[in-house]
Amino acid sequence: MSETENTRKDTLISQVTVTPSADTSGYATKVDCKHINVSYGDKQAIFDISMAIPERSVTAFIGPSGCGKSTFLRCINRMNDTIESAKVEGQIFIDGEDVNSDHIDPVLLRSRVGMVFQKPNPFPKSIYDNIAYGPRIHGIATSRTDLDEIVETSLTRAGLWDEVKDRLTQPGTGLSGGQQQRLCIARAIAVSPEVILMDEPCSALDPIATARIEELIDELRERFCIVIVTHSMQQAARVSQRTAFFHLGKLVEYGDTETVFTNPSDDRTSDYITGRFG
Amino acid sequence: MRPMTTHIVSAFSEELEHLSADILRMGGVAETMIDQACTALVTGDQMLADQTSEMDDTVDAIEVDVERRIMRLLALRQPMATDLRAVVAALKVASELERIGDLSKNIAKRVAPLAGADVSSAIKGIERMGHGVKQQLHSVLDSYSEADAELSLKVWSGDEDIDQHYNSMFREVLTYMMQDPSLIGAGTHLMFIAKNLERIGDHCTNVAEIVHYQVTGTYLTSSARPKAPLLEG
Repeated sequence: MSETENTRKDTLISQVTVTPSADTSGYATKVDCKHINVSYGDKQAIFDISMAIPERSVTAFIGPSGCGKSTFLRCINRMNDTIESAKVEGQIFIDGEDVNSDHIDPVLLRSRVGMVFQKPNPFPKSIYDNIAYGPRIHGIATSRTDLDEIVETSLTRAGLWDEVKDRLTQPGTGLSGGQQQRLCIARAIAVSPEVILMDEPCSALDPIATARIEELIDELRERFCIVIVTHSMQQAARVSQRTAFFHLGKLVEYGDTETVFTNPSDDRTSDYITGRFG
Repeated sequence: MRPMTTHIVSAFSEELEHLSADILRMGGVAETMIDQACTALVTGDQMLADQTSEMDDTVDAIEVDVERRIMRLLALRQPMATDLRAVVAALKVASELERIGDLSKNIAKRVAPLAGADVSSAIKGIERMGHGVKQQLHSVLDSYSEADAELSLKVWSGDEDIDQHYNSMFREVLTYMMQDPSLIGAGTHLMFIAKNLERIGDHCTNVAEIVHYQVTGTYLTSSARPKAPLLEG
């Protein structure tokens, strides 16, 4: 390697290497958010939030409607870029790399940071193509055999394979709500993301489908960094290792889930989770 | 602890209040039982002793009711944080109080076999010890009703006095029995009574630990508690 190349590399490293902020209590930091401010036009939605999200674990965002948890979640894969009036300030590092820097392609970023939404939104395509779409456009797999393998592994990991293996050519929209949501999770993991963002993934599902998704989240935790926004306190307590409580655009409390739910340190957190305001 | 605001679902707040009121009622009965059992012992009042034994049914009934309502509350409300600690505390305190009721009943049952035995001086000691134990229970119930962690801590460290009292009772009764073997039967009953009171003291410290956790969210560890050493026979 030439000297110029070395210097260039050093400069790059010095630009992207940062010390993790906040505590992640033993887990290595995957997503490090620093001083995030978000406004929609004149209205500020997020006020100076810094938090380190650990890898291989589930972090839950809770808080009353309009507290900014979804907005904050959408910063992580730059979904707010698509909203004209949204202005995002601050830095978000994934493995030390700033997601907002110019050389990051938002489309590629979203293959690294997958997302699952409140309402299952399968493509109006076959079950097979729903999964194969991402790997195809990102060039992860081209041959039929590679694609077949990815489709099977993703559906298996999402706990859906046995239910759909005989009808892969049928439309994904023909599945039940819970199956559709698992299809969307399978679609998200098909491109081997590093982070999966889930915005109330169970709010449109019945208790059985919800239990399946929760079980799935617990299994996915071994490989991925998962961030989940949920309105169900019990769900947050069940599936997550870390919990962040948002209120009026601020991060009020962030800590180990067990502590947040048995002995929260902030009165606002306590009032919210015990059902005293909301 | 800051004053509690009420829940959005007001029935939930009412259920929690109702629960702690029942715990205090149960504690009140248990306290009366200790008091009456000791008085019956001192005065030899068999009727009072029988009446005390019967009060244990009330304590048991409240416990069953509290447990049933807590199960329902856990299923329906899924309490969190301070509420969760309060509910779990109520469940645990209820079972400690139930044990205190049993032990007091056992003391009352020993009034009959002690009738006529010349052990008045030892009974004086039991009376003093009973008074101390009753005071412990009274204070710990106060700490529960006031959510007073400091008071619970005081009760928790105060058990050492009870233990010492027990040790001196043990020695005293042992001496009587050695001096006059005809007192061995009565002496054994007195030993059990002292032991029961000492156990009630232990249950009070358990309640103190539960209250402390309910109020502060931090655990007191039994191993850290000051204890009087056991006497050798």
